[in-house]
Amino acid sequence: MPDLHRATPRSPMAPPRSFLWFRRIFLTLLSGFVLVPVYVMISSSLKPLADVSGTFRWLPSDLTIRPYIDIWSTVPLARYFVNSLIVAGAATVCSVVIAVFSAYAVSRYDFRGKRTFTVTVLSTQMFPGILFLLPLFLLYVNIGNATGIALFGSRGGLILTYLTFSLPFSIWMLIGYFDSVPRDLDEAALVDGCGPLGALFRIVVPAAIPGIVAVSVYSFMTAWGEVLFASVMTNDTTRTLAVGLQGYSTLNDVYWNQIMAASLVVSVPVVAGFLLLQRYLVAGLTAGAVK
Amino acid sequence: MTTTVTEQAAVRKDSPGEADGPRRRPGRIRRIGLPYLLLLPALILELLVHLVPMVIGIVMSFKELTQFYIRDWGTAPWAGLDNYAMSVDFNAPVGEALLHSFLVTVAFTLLSVGLCWLIGTAAAISMQDTFRGRGLLRALFLVPYALPVYAAVITWVFMFQHDNGLVNHVLHDQLHLTDKPSFWLIGDNSFYALLTVSVWKGWPFAFLIVMAGLQNIPRELYEAAALDGAGVWQQIRRITLPSLSAVNQVLVLVLFLWTFNDFNTPYVLFGKAAPEAADLVSVHIYQASFVTWNFGAGSAMSVLLLLFLLIVTGVYLAVTSRGRRPADA
Amino acid sequence: MRTIRAAAAGAVVMSLALAVTACGGGSSTDGGGSDDSPKELTYWASNQGASIEIDKKVLQPELDKFEKETGIKVKLEVVPWSDLLNRILTATTSGQGPDVLNIGNTWSASLQATGGLLPWDDANFAKIGGKDRFVESALGSTGTQGQDPAAVPLYSMAYALYYNKQLLADAGISGPPATWDQLVADGKKIQAKGKQVLGAEGANVSENVHHVFTFAKQHGVDFFTADGKPDFTSDGAVSAVKQYVDLMAKDKAIPEGNAEYAQNQSVSDFAKGRTAFLLWQSASANLKSQGMDEDKYGIAPVPVRSGTPGTGAQVNSMVAGINLAVFKNTDNLDGATKFVKFMTSDEEQKILNKAYSSIPPVAAAQADPAFNTPANAVLKDTLAKSAAALPQVADESQFETVVGTAVKELFAEAAAGRAVTTESVKARLEKAQQQMPTK
Repeated sequence: MPDLHRATPRSPMAPPRSFLWFRRIFLTLLSGFVLVPVYVMISSSLKPLADVSGTFRWLPSDLTIRPYIDIWSTVPLARYFVNSLIVAGAATVCSVVIAVFSAYAVSRYDFRGKRTFTVTVLSTQMFPGILFLLPLFLLYVNIGNATGIALFGSRGGLILTYLTFSLPFSIWMLIGYFDSVPRDLDEAALVDGCGPLGALFRIVVPAAIPGIVAVSVYSFMTAWGEVLFASVMTNDTTRTLAVGLQGYSTLNDVYWNQIMAASLVVSVPVVAGFLLLQRYLVAGLTAGAVK
Repeated sequence: MTTTVTEQAAVRKDSPGEADGPRRRPGRIRRIGLPYLLLLPALILELLVHLVPMVIGIVMSFKELTQFYIRDWGTAPWAGLDNYAMSVDFNAPVGEALLHSFLVTVAFTLLSVGLCWLIGTAAAISMQDTFRGRGLLRALFLVPYALPVYAAVITWVFMFQHDNGLVNHVLHDQLHLTDKPSFWLIGDNSFYALLTVSVWKGWPFAFLIVMAGLQNIPRELYEAAALDGAGVWQQIRRITLPSLSAVNQVLVLVLFLWTFNDFNTPYVLFGKAAPEAADLVSVHIYQASFVTWNFGAGSAMSVLLLLFLLIVTGVYLAVTSRGRRPADA
Repeated sequence: MRTIRAAAAGAVVMSLALAVTACGGGSSTDGGGSDDSPKELTYWASNQGASIEIDKKVLQPELDKFEKETGIKVKLEVVPWSDLLNRILTATTSGQGPDVLNIGNTWSASLQATGGLLPWDDANFAKIGGKDRFVESALGSTGTQGQDPAAVPLYSMAYALYYNKQLLADAGISGPPATWDQLVADGKKIQAKGKQVLGAEGANVSENVHHVFTFAKQHGVDFFTADGKPDFTSDGAVSAVKQYVDLMAKDKAIPEGNAEYAQNQSVSDFAKGRTAFLLWQSASANLKSQGMDEDKYGIAPVPVRSGTPGTGAQVNSMVAGINLAVFKNTDNLDGATKFVKFMTSDEEQKILNKAYSSIPPVAAAQADPAFNTPANAVLKDTLAKSAAALPQVADESQFETVVGTAVKELFAEAAAGRAVTTESVKARLEKAQQQMPTK
């Protein structure tokens, strides 16, 4: 496994001055570009309303945590939070499990229709979401009418939708990753009397943990931030955060400080998770997708 | 992306001594059935959520599906090719608006993908060597990508406000670069506002992928080049960039498709009625469908968009793969 | 290769089969309501108060009262305005929606055309106490003329000119302007004191349409011909739109920054004393929650071109408001009707309209002293004498989109310092008209 924190030096020689200066200037500017919105988000979330509805100021006139208290009562943020956790969590687990099975089949078996399968699944990445929003909605409603399984308006329908959004990328990445796990290992397991699934779960999956973490992070992020489908397919009780946040721009006034506070609260779980797992993500991409 | 992967898969299978392993073992029938069984969940879900709705969408595009029929869309009259004819009649306002929106989207996508790739690659290469604060910087650079779209974009809306936004505060009040505060969320500048947000949000993905790609470049190549007397810049040009071409092929395509189809960013930035200068085709179609209630026309536009993307992807893969195929095999 | 093709063919056949079933399912949405679940109702309320949570606090006690009276439990969902029309559309398409819902009264004719709402014929009206309980102007905005209304008026509102007493006094202005010329002239005095004149939501498509509609009336024209065809480019319509945009472009009464307002920033500007005037419907509750006391501002009729507000060219507001509709697919038709009766009863009308600072469309409820304060008297007067309903045509929703967007773009041009001329206005409106459905 390549370890990112120990770099592969480009050359034994020290880089020349021009490169060092380019690097310094470029990275400084880039950090500024990245940081400014993040700073605005954090600082505005600690400002009183007067500060954010008047001329912009870099420093708060008065630090306050009011926005962080008010966000929970202006909209039912806690409920949206729970909804998002359930939806994104379940979508991630399902998506990863299904992707593991599919990738294992494609990586380890030769079968008819393999090419059709991969092409079809991957080409769904091309579909404009707007094309199948209404049809999907109709389909869910009709399945609901025919079978009594409530897909529309329920968390289940949203989970189903989101898991397929991340599925193609996950399958694709895991195929690459599984291919990099030596075949001899699962052959040996098969000889030892494990079934194919035993070989998958005892040998291939443990060896592919970074890849699996990477696709989990990706799936979770996809589900956590989606707006379009969530706005049509949820109701008051199943609304997710991405849509629920719009509740802060109400009839009355735009509570920018609360919007920023809520945005931060909503972002912390994904950003923290992402940063904690980024090492796996890069390792997973290195061994899988980009090979 | 599609072709690459299947090609790779095909290549993998072609390599001797791999494919025939499991096949010749006892219990052959179970084994033949197993891969299909493993694929079944993915297949059913893709069929349910993507393929069947798409077919329905295509059917809808041939119907006159306006507010008079949406309640009972099975009985909506067939419109034949009317929706398509209307969408591509570039002399009439609907077609003209679609064409304009399409061109805006193409320009936006090319610029955004180009900038994302450029910044991402430059950052990844700059951070190939260790230096103090490298880990911290990398974490920082990934933050825009990790932020949920809504949270990120709404922050930019806040910053782009005309009266109270940071952007005008800096450009006008502090640096005095403009005679008067500019508008970013309406009018012509909205294109640049959209581009800025899209690049801010998208470049870390390129950074991430290129960074991963750099890990796969064998160290010996650099050492050999260094022995030949090549400096850092030359090494970047002769080794780093060519070695990344396979990664770039996929990266650029993925970025292109995501940016082209992006709905969330313009929708959160501008709301339901995007300014003309930033009228991306995804929002345009959304408006045609949901705001003016003509789902038939909206579907027809989506199908046209899909055809365009299919052609672009096909041509792109054909062109970019030609030079590389011998190397791959 | 053959097998691949076979697999592909199989997949296509399967998808088509599923699609066809879906179509079949789509057409099976039955026509009328039923009484399958008599003990429960779902109600979609629009967001009328300062926030969704406030709406729930206002409505829930009333729904509890209804449950006590009838034994029917009402499940409330307050739908934000950004989602409401989409949610209604998807509900209409699928047949799965609420039993009772609020709609913006300007949508009545458009939604009526979908056939998704229960028509209020005389028999249905009889169940809720008869049509003549409602004020005439409110009934004018419930659907296409000559057809049974698609909904029943619930809250009525009208535009009024809100003015900041202190800012006017500072500028030496004795009272609110009655004509636009006067407003512009007063504006100069207000600007001389360093304050801004008139707030507007330049990027809000609906607000734009409401205002240009009123201006068009004052110029003696409509945006639709008598037989419901779009007619956006008449001289009157062009002058009307130009006059509205000129409030920013030429008269500088509307600050340029307002060109990008779409989230009621103009209300907070007014509440914070930055602008002297605001054209709004029922702003009292909003202003109060933003800390502006009722004695700080006055309410006057919206200006006209000359003379006093009245009918015809003296119209100075649209008939704004919310209607209550019953979804045709309801499985509790009887309960839904009872609920409409309850919500439009004199008692509930008083409670709800007080809470939302709107005017009851029920004549008897208007007698309550709460609606006869000087402020409400202006709104009531406007509704009774000088308000006109937006075009009740099936394409109203498209009209709002295309014309509202045209005005938004014109504001953007004005704000960017570009000239707004009769030609440029006409070109925009012409384009808007060509985007209207032709059938």
